[in-house]
Amino acid sequence: MTPTQDVLRVDALTVSVRTEDGLQPLVSDMTFRLGKGETLAIAGESGSGKSITSLAIMGLLPPPAVRVTGGAVILNSRELTQLPEAEMRAVRGDRIAMIFQEPMTSLNPVMTVGTQLVEAIRAHQPVSRAAARAQALEALKAVRLSQPERRLTQYPHELSGGMRQRVMIAMALALKPEVLIADEPTTALDVTVQREVLDLLRDLQRETGMAILLITHDMGVVAEMADRVIVMRNGRIEEEGDVRQIFAAPAAPYTRDLLAAVPRMGQGRRAPPPPAAAPVARLQDVQVRFDLKGGVLGRVTHRVHAVEHVSFDIGAGETFALVGESGCGKSTLARALVGLVPHEGRIEVDGQVLGALDTAGRKALSRAVQIIFQDPMAALDPRMKVGDLVGEPLLIHGQGDGPARAAQVADLLQRVGLEAAHMDRYPHEFSGGQRQRICIARALALRPKLLIADESVSALDVSVQARVLDLLAALKREFGIATLFISHDMAVVENVADRVAVMYLGQVVEMGTRAQVFGAPRHPYTQRLIAAVPVPDPTHVRPPAPRLAGDVPSPVHPLGQGPARLLLADAGDGHMVAAE
Amino acid sequence: MTAYLLRRLVQSALILLGVSFITFFLLYVLPADPVRQIAGRAATQQTVENIRHQLGLDQPFVVQYIRYLGGLMQGDMGRSYLQKTEVASLIAARLPPTLLLMAAGIFCELVLGLTMGVIAALRRGRAADTGLMITSFVAVSAPQFLVSLLLLYVFAVRLSWFPIGGYGTFRHLVLPAVTLGILGSGWYARMMRSSMIEVLRADFIRTARAKGLTRARVILRHALPNAILPVIAMIGIDIGIFMGGVVVVESVFGWPGIGQLAWQAIQRVDIPIIMGVTLVSACAIVAGNLIADLIAPAIDPRIRIR
Repeated sequence: MTPTQDVLRVDALTVSVRTEDGLQPLVSDMTFRLGKGETLAIAGESGSGKSITSLAIMGLLPPPAVRVTGGAVILNSRELTQLPEAEMRAVRGDRIAMIFQEPMTSLNPVMTVGTQLVEAIRAHQPVSRAAARAQALEALKAVRLSQPERRLTQYPHELSGGMRQRVMIAMALALKPEVLIADEPTTALDVTVQREVLDLLRDLQRETGMAILLITHDMGVVAEMADRVIVMRNGRIEEEGDVRQIFAAPAAPYTRDLLAAVPRMGQGRRAPPPPAAAPVARLQDVQVRFDLKGGVLGRVTHRVHAVEHVSFDIGAGETFALVGESGCGKSTLARALVGLVPHEGRIEVDGQVLGALDTAGRKALSRAVQIIFQDPMAALDPRMKVGDLVGEPLLIHGQGDGPARAAQVADLLQRVGLEAAHMDRYPHEFSGGQRQRICIARALALRPKLLIADESVSALDVSVQARVLDLLAALKREFGIATLFISHDMAVVENVADRVAVMYLGQVVEMGTRAQVFGAPRHPYTQRLIAAVPVPDPTHVRPPAPRLAGDVPSPVHPLGQGPARLLLADAGDGHMVAAE
Repeated sequence: MTAYLLRRLVQSALILLGVSFITFFLLYVLPADPVRQIAGRAATQQTVENIRHQLGLDQPFVVQYIRYLGGLMQGDMGRSYLQKTEVASLIAARLPPTLLLMAAGIFCELVLGLTMGVIAALRRGRAADTGLMITSFVAVSAPQFLVSLLLLYVFAVRLSWFPIGGYGTFRHLVLPAVTLGILGSGWYARMMRSSMIEVLRADFIRTARAKGLTRARVILRHALPNAILPVIAMIGIDIGIFMGGVVVVESVFGWPGIGQLAWQAIQRVDIPIIMGVTLVSACAIVAGNLIADLIAPAIDPRIRIR
């Protein structure tokens, strides 16, 4: 790489938080430089201090507890950390702009997109409202947003997540900043939308020559976007280097572990498909629809067709994966399977037909099917001790007496890699990965036949994710539990699933063994999903693809109408593909 | 929109019907006998029975209630037992002062409460926050008759800034309105504080700051409109609580409104007036809620009326 002029230099930056025990450093001795037109990625797991670093550069650390206690941030030979607030404000949004992880919550819900853009422009340039509006329109066109004039008058909730992130980028780039800080810009987006946003950022960087500081935990995104990489851990730099060197020959042991934990496509274990056992769950023509009411009498006028004509079996001991983007109906299907939402069609679990059950039958069913959710903190009652949380299913189903239950809970905790002594602690004393282990222990308490994992590893750091996935695989071997694994992460699915169904707008578009779906995807949507996954390899050359900016059609239809039913045809060996 | 309004109006009518039934029933089973009040202690049994028959109070409950409803349909709210005047005209004469007092009271409580809440949120955890929250606690807990007497003593008796009671000028309005406002301001201060603290943590506030906006603009343009949304829904419900305060405050300050009318009517078991005032208050509460629900979508585009 040719040496370029540095736009941003960070020199021995230390950020500390004031606690009862004095100042605790969150980021120590952070030093790097960022050249014009360069992309520097700061990679690390949660709590590594990467976001704190970016907020420190912007002067947005939450006062008064967290502040810069040492070092310097130099933008074009101007020191920023000592700048008075008024001067820093002039830099913020103008010379350094920032985009955030959550496009859904990062825009003000009660202001139109246009007003928010105009406001950003007028905060730094003394132009008329009309002139600012024209500039805002240009900015929206620059991020390739469809119907830019209309977008100006719309409110954020009227736009999809991908469109909102484009608006955020437009807002950040409207004033042509020298540095763009992108803090997990695509983490909350679907994989195809992530692809669009990453492509857009790269195109815009080529056009404007801005420097990008990319903060991410996703090594795939790092490999695709970055020129240089800093790997952070516990507020310190573990390793810094050229992206190819980091991926090809990581020097620090931590970097090696991190890269090893990243799930990669095409490396799924090539085990033979499991023998066709009797199905634990059998779904036939399952539909879930939600009514939308309107009119004078509040009658049903529209329906959300969340799940449409889905049929599949899950065999004993099998891991069946449902993949698809947000809103495709995969989680709704999981809820129908445990009886949390009403459904049409036939769902049979453990030989019982779901709709025909009485209260006692439903209770028995909950013994056969257990579910693990995405957010382990929200899924655990913060006022209950871990022992009570894990033992509660036993209590509800009247299994064993006090001491027997305690012994069983201790055993369960050890199975999932925790200690029996943890029984007396509360959920907040555990890390995210440990909490998910607690959820798994609770789900296993009743020895279910089917375990539903709904995005259960999506909120975890990669190294933690890898360990939880290992745990699930070990438990599956040990107990022979069938798993319905729901995820948006194609790489994870490829690593764990025996069979896979791809869902789109409530319908299954492709279904087959892992080798069939990932090895020879037939349906264009599956192909698009797989192609969109970032590859954690900087030498990987992505075949040129058209820049897409499409929106997923709505699953809401007027009463009496519905989506065209897709019919699956066998493309050989049980590889089911929807006809186009 | 029209459909929504129509549906809401039908709902409101049903609510009022329910209120009328419950009130009428409660007054019917009440041990106090209105006829005794009218006839006086010295009246003979015969006179009492005559008056009872005259007023139709010897009829079964259902007949009485249907007769009352029939009157209501024709705009007839009955006659006061003691004052012998139309309840409708009594209420009509007393309504404007009460509405004025309520409007002024709500204005006071919003100005006081929202200001305290916003300042407390911005100074969270510091002395100003603690002080304001103690103040709001006192405001919520202080009985209104005590607050009104205290204000009267200080500002009317000692300082003579305002008249002791009565109705007519702006100066007459100040003390009763402030008394009414103080109670509610405590609630609003607490609500606004927590709502504001939550909004200040939101991602879009960070975005606004990252844009380089001034602190004032971030607070006034971005935080405040979002923080005020739950408060608006509260105002509709609040009108009901307000009516209770109006009765006390009107009595203390000699304010010629329907609160005083109700107070006198209750003491004398003047059922038509009690019914009339209850229904008018219920109308006010229902209307207040409807208005609050109609204002909400004007501020928050995510709320769509259908």
